[in-house]
Amino acid sequence: MLEVKNLKTQIDTNEGIVQAVDGVSFTVRAGETLGIVGESGSGKSVLANSIMQLNPNPPTFYPEGEILFEGSNLLKLSEKQLRKIRGNEIGMIFQDPMSSLNPVFKVGAQLVEAILTHQKMSRKDAKALAIELLKDVGIPDAERRMDDYPHHFSGGMRQRVLIAIALAGNPKLLIADEPTTALDVTIQAQILELMKGIQKKYGTAIILISHDLGVISQMAEKVLVMYSGRIVEKGSVNDIFYRTSMPYTWSLLRSLPRLDGVEHERLISIEGQPPNLVSPPKGCNFHPRCPFATEKCLEIDPELMPRKEGHWVACILTEQEFEAEKQRLESADREEVL
Amino acid sequence: MSEALLEIRDLNMHFPIKGGVFQKTKKHVKAVNGVNLSVNKGETLGIVGESGCGKSTLARTIVGLQKPTSGDILFEGESILHYSHKEMHQLRRNIQMVYQDPYTSLNPRMKAGDIIGAPLKAYRMTNNLERRVKELMDLVGLKADDYHKLPHQFSGGQRQRIGIARAIALNPKLLILDEPVSALDVSVQAQVINLLEDLQKELNLTYVFIAHDLSVIKHTADKVGVMYLGKVMEISDSESFYNNARHPYTNALLSAIPLPDPEKERMRERIVLSGELPSPANPPTGCVFHTRCPFAQENCKTNTPLLEAKDANDGHLVSCFYPLNTEKKQLIPE
Amino acid sequence: MFKKKRNLISASLLLLFTVATITASWWLPVLPSEMDSAKRLIGPSADHWFGTDHFGRDILAQTVVAARVSLVVGLSVALISTVLGTITGLIAGYYKRADFVIMRIIDGMLAFPSLLLALALVAALGGSVTNIIIALSFSFWPVMTRIVRSAVLQINSIQYVEAAKTSGIGDLVILFRYVLPNVLSPIIVQGTFIFAKAILAEAALSFLGVGVEPSTPTWGNMLQEAQIYISIAPWFSIFPGIAIVITVLTLNILGDGLRDSFDPHAKGKVNRKKGRLKKQINVA
Repeated sequence: MLEVKNLKTQIDTNEGIVQAVDGVSFTVRAGETLGIVGESGSGKSVLANSIMQLNPNPPTFYPEGEILFEGSNLLKLSEKQLRKIRGNEIGMIFQDPMSSLNPVFKVGAQLVEAILTHQKMSRKDAKALAIELLKDVGIPDAERRMDDYPHHFSGGMRQRVLIAIALAGNPKLLIADEPTTALDVTIQAQILELMKGIQKKYGTAIILISHDLGVISQMAEKVLVMYSGRIVEKGSVNDIFYRTSMPYTWSLLRSLPRLDGVEHERLISIEGQPPNLVSPPKGCNFHPRCPFATEKCLEIDPELMPRKEGHWVACILTEQEFEAEKQRLESADREEVL
Repeated sequence: MSEALLEIRDLNMHFPIKGGVFQKTKKHVKAVNGVNLSVNKGETLGIVGESGCGKSTLARTIVGLQKPTSGDILFEGESILHYSHKEMHQLRRNIQMVYQDPYTSLNPRMKAGDIIGAPLKAYRMTNNLERRVKELMDLVGLKADDYHKLPHQFSGGQRQRIGIARAIALNPKLLILDEPVSALDVSVQAQVINLLEDLQKELNLTYVFIAHDLSVIKHTADKVGVMYLGKVMEISDSESFYNNARHPYTNALLSAIPLPDPEKERMRERIVLSGELPSPANPPTGCVFHTRCPFAQENCKTNTPLLEAKDANDGHLVSCFYPLNTEKKQLIPE
Repeated sequence: MFKKKRNLISASLLLLFTVATITASWWLPVLPSEMDSAKRLIGPSADHWFGTDHFGRDILAQTVVAARVSLVVGLSVALISTVLGTITGLIAGYYKRADFVIMRIIDGMLAFPSLLLALALVAALGGSVTNIIIALSFSFWPVMTRIVRSAVLQINSIQYVEAAKTSGIGDLVILFRYVLPNVLSPIIVQGTFIFAKAILAEAALSFLGVGVEPSTPTWGNMLQEAQIYISIAPWFSIFPGIAIVITVLTLNILGDGLRDSFDPHAKGKVNRKKGRLKKQINVA
């Protein structure tokens, strides 16, 4: 349904041109959930915004690549054609539910407006549909809440309203950029359940962007791991979590404080800081922090290559080399703990 | 058993809500509502809760930024609430705080070295100031030539190290850590958690570690307390807490945290709470959690449970009439 | 601060005016006070670029020299009201108890239109450069106090101030090392605007006849003298008028430019636009 081919997004900043998204390719099929994981500055949000071209232009440019949505290249469409697709075909949900709603209009009015821009119907029908949508996203007493302003809603409820707005056009694809990061865990659980329910009911495909590997493991079927603008590992959720083959993903999974870990267990941290995108390191972007790094990593910038069916990795180590080194590092850690 | 460094007795912190033409006090937000806690020397007490549960207000009250409405705070056995200005100034040396946001907690116009040295100057410990600051920087893993850099030249993790160095500059006994890693990138969280653990051992520090994330607390705390609407719902040593959580709210929290493990995620039993956090200005009667509790009974609406041990004499305290007996460890599969 | 072209140009223009008026006696061909009764009210010509006035004095020379008074008044008023306003604003913003007292006084003063207040003061004190400076500073500093106070309130709520308090750092140190450096930008911007406003106010006062002694050339005095000749010698009023407009405009442009370059949002233009765009699309 959605196919992104070798997408490059550049941002022209005061400090020079930044390769925010650097040659990214992936596909999303109808009804599936693609998870994109990465830290801040990994380019995951820019990537999400690139799909709908929500990045301001200038200073953002798309010098290369294609974004094929049901066969048509979104990068070639006019702003008018794009507006038709936004909301109608592709809905978006953002991290901050407060700033995405207009504080001076009633929630119901905003929702009705969204419905009317996407669908041809009378205002009365739109209102009925709006109430239906609010009920759908689990807002109790939906009829009465139509007349409330955004500030009457809690963070979780606002996110539900935004999901309702995103659903107004009955989209085939929902892009959710850190939809639960600003929410408490119990509310996050509710919203994630809601998203799963919507997917089941409408068969919507979801691109879920998050820094939280837990959220991704719960929701996604396929996962992209991003690091400094690139995909460094791509595969099914099981590939990423159980057959990790890229040093960054592996180190990240190992460094997480885990609820299923042992009390007071010492964490194994990743050294160093995420790279500066203006002047990325030479060779592989991760090499300054990589425990597997060799001399060669300074020179060779590895490409994303298929390792097994559907599992792609950007690392110069072969599977055997990676496994051997992994064993060595793990036993070294065990010794340190003892 | 070692002695308590910090003891909080029946602490209440109520904020008035004023309204109307004459700014009359209409209601009170009970941000902290009858909290009892104690922390032993060298221990870490983890405090967990969602936004609005009063954990940050509690932190601010302990460091003396707010005068509590009632109750008592004892530091090394002495009540600190009636301290004079001068005594309070001396006390501050012993209780320091690390903030959540490394971007707003450092003065953008001061150099890293000056930020770390500022508390030392405030207590006129200016002998060998620069050497001491460099020692501190080394201790938290900053380079000596970072001394003259401004905060914006550092990444989030490094900024948090500056904040930690500032907090330990005066050799405090107690550190209040208010969400010290939640604003950091995933890949640097472990660094900062490990740094805090190392410093605790090295400097014999006592921590009150405030977080919303139960997995971070699991790796750091000896004792864990859960707060909800200004009240402590459950408190116990870490092992008993994670293996035998009794309060329905704790169980819901534990089950809500997604695990970075897809198989376990699929198997897992989940308690999804319905509804929203009630307003702390208008908390529910009876047990404050009853409006969202899947196990609530009729008397939960009217009677307020006490925070007490459910099994004889162990330190595991629960504030619930119907605590769960979770033998089924389906919440966090091993 | 001066990286932007606009700021650089307006700042250099201002410097040029200042240098020009200070060094006027070296480069002006005629003295501003030199009368030539044969050449009264002559239009602009090669000898007198801006024409002459009713005493046959050169208007170019007068306009240039009059800038001295304007700049001195503007700068002094800007400095005095900035210092006063900053001190009172810092105190009001930082100490809750002082806030009430200071702000009620300030509110009272702001209730009078500042020009009217200055007018009354000058009328009471008598017209001289010093008295005009006192009067205008008195009527402009309340605005500065308000601006500094609200900036301080904002900074106060940022965590590093709280962190400084918990570190045991004293109030004075917090005020001058943590709060003041972070509110400097609105102060400088507002100072520039007060500079411009003071120049206008001085001209207005002189024009109304309660300003600087009529013998001293100021733009206001010139305009006042010129008003009866406006139909037969328009250049007499036009040139000092243009001088006022250009100076005030330059200062306002500089102030706007400074505000933009101090504004952290302007630096992160990308983010701001992104945010706005997101919102629009979402609601649409």
